[in-house]
Amino acid sequence: MTEEIIKAINLTKKFGNLVAVDHINFEVKQGEIFGLLGPNGAGKTTTVNMLTTVMKPTEGTAIINGYDVVKQPSKVRQSIGVVHQEYTADEDLTGWENMLLMADLYGLPRDVAKKRAIELLKMVELTSAAHKKVENYSGGMRRRLEVAMGLINRPKILFLDEPTLGLDVQTRIAIWSYIIKLKEQYQMTIFVTTHYLEEADAYCDRIAIIDKGKIIQIGTPRELKESIGGDIITIQIASDIATALKIINSIEGITEVKNIGETIRIKTKDGSSTAPKIIEMLDKNDIKVTKISITEPTMDEVYMEYTGKSLREEQSNWEEAFALRRTLRRARRS
Amino acid sequence: MIEEKQNLSPLHGMWALINRELKKWYKVPIILFISLFQPIIWLVLFGKSMNIGAFFTGTSINIPGLNIPKQIIDQISAQILQAQFGTTDYFSFLAAGMLSFIVLFTAMSSGMTIVWDRRLGFLNKLLTTPISRANIVISKVIASVIRALVQATIVLLAATLLGMEFKSGITPLDIVGIYGALFSMAFGLSSLFIRVAIRSTSWESQMAIMNLLNLPLLFASNAFYPTKSMPEWLQPIAEINPLTYTNDAVRQLLIGATGSYSLWFDYLYLIIFASIFAIIGIILSWKYLST
Repeated sequence: MTEEIIKAINLTKKFGNLVAVDHINFEVKQGEIFGLLGPNGAGKTTTVNMLTTVMKPTEGTAIINGYDVVKQPSKVRQSIGVVHQEYTADEDLTGWENMLLMADLYGLPRDVAKKRAIELLKMVELTSAAHKKVENYSGGMRRRLEVAMGLINRPKILFLDEPTLGLDVQTRIAIWSYIIKLKEQYQMTIFVTTHYLEEADAYCDRIAIIDKGKIIQIGTPRELKESIGGDIITIQIASDIATALKIINSIEGITEVKNIGETIRIKTKDGSSTAPKIIEMLDKNDIKVTKISITEPTMDEVYMEYTGKSLREEQSNWEEAFALRRTLRRARRS
Repeated sequence: MIEEKQNLSPLHGMWALINRELKKWYKVPIILFISLFQPIIWLVLFGKSMNIGAFFTGTSINIPGLNIPKQIIDQISAQILQAQFGTTDYFSFLAAGMLSFIVLFTAMSSGMTIVWDRRLGFLNKLLTTPISRANIVISKVIASVIRALVQATIVLLAATLLGMEFKSGITPLDIVGIYGALFSMAFGLSSLFIRVAIRSTSWESQMAIMNLLNLPLLFASNAFYPTKSMPEWLQPIAEINPLTYTNDAVRQLLIGATGSYSLWFDYLYLIIFASIFAIIGIILSWKYLST
């Protein structure tokens, strides 16, 4: 099946002067895992909020399961399940009570609701904790409960906003294995935003990279990696970067040279034959290479290529990200 | 994928949300007791100490030279009390006022729950489910009204134990009337405070609003003393305060006090108040949630 189940058409959201999401267009096919990847504040959560009818788009719209998010929001809501970035379960209630509450909100008959709650809690391995208050759950347990709650109505499309944020590696793997299971078992379409590039690479069928509210590239992980063209040679030199750049640029078979601080990133079709050439040429001109590495492109490189940021850089920049979130929150309020 | 029946009537999910609110409330009895503490403290400490009746009867006041019989002094004092408070028993007067006090407090704190729902992401989650936006607001209001009426009942029981006297020959219809008045006020006030709270993400500011409003609203009503003895500038405020009309109606029906207004006028005012604020509050909140 290659039916489009999500279709965003010029989807736009402005908060005052800030354009959080800027005329984005994309399609998601039925049954695929679609990842939305981007730095903090790129507009991922805003996009999810619009697709899940929490926010009204300023401009444009999206068609979800054949329904328009602006004109038929309640039809859309019946077709989707959402797992938010925050923990949304009611802490004062038990996991079981939370599941039944969700079932009631979707109008499920009691017997179906109970059966399904048992089944889902078993799937996320919370059966033994079902009758404990949610406030006593650990982070991983809470996230698993959120996933189970998002599935109570057997949605056609499940939205997951940073489902693995802040979890340890083991729990992250577990959460993803549920997601894969769901996809296979129920032919569910999964729309996921994430921060973790390895996850996007390993689990998503297709990925869209979003930055500053715009979609920059869409494709399968393989396509994305190929799109940045061949291998990447990273070298570090002690001095005279300007001359080095000039020399490197003159070498044949190199498609692109980028200078990031003291390191130079060189793109080439065939890394293993170009690298010795580079060292040789630089050596002739008395420029010492202190470090060199050749990598086949990973999602990291793809991400860096399209957003101009490495993930490490972004993590060191969390203060800025927080400031942005604060502004967004304020903008939303007014 | 199996399509199954989903009951998506206009009211679906409402009971689930009301039930959630009530569960959160009765599962933590300590909070219930804390919120009842205030009015009961007023009853025990203030009501029992401010023994206006004893000002006259408990002392041997007399005018020197004129040996007025005690009986006459008692008569006069009873008439003064009756003229001022509509009853000779100040404790009962105050106790009836405490019913609207607890309703006011509960309605105010109902706003807090929506602030928390917002902060904890629960509201966001709700907005992605097929429950209608109006039902989210209405279920909050109804849960708040139920809480208010249950708490008022507990205060009523406490007041009875402490010596509040019912009017002789109280009928079930009177009781219905009392709850009707309390219900109208709870409905109007809850809608109002939920509307105030719905945009706020900080519970601190909500608390500040509560603290700012609760005592002034209480003192600018006939909860402690009749409006006619108030300074002239305060009287108009007390006369638009819904607490005044609730107290007036409750006192007439519960302790048989002479009202400042006719019962019909009390109810007319309360119903208009409740309708206006409920409609405005619910529609505005609904609109707000929809954008």
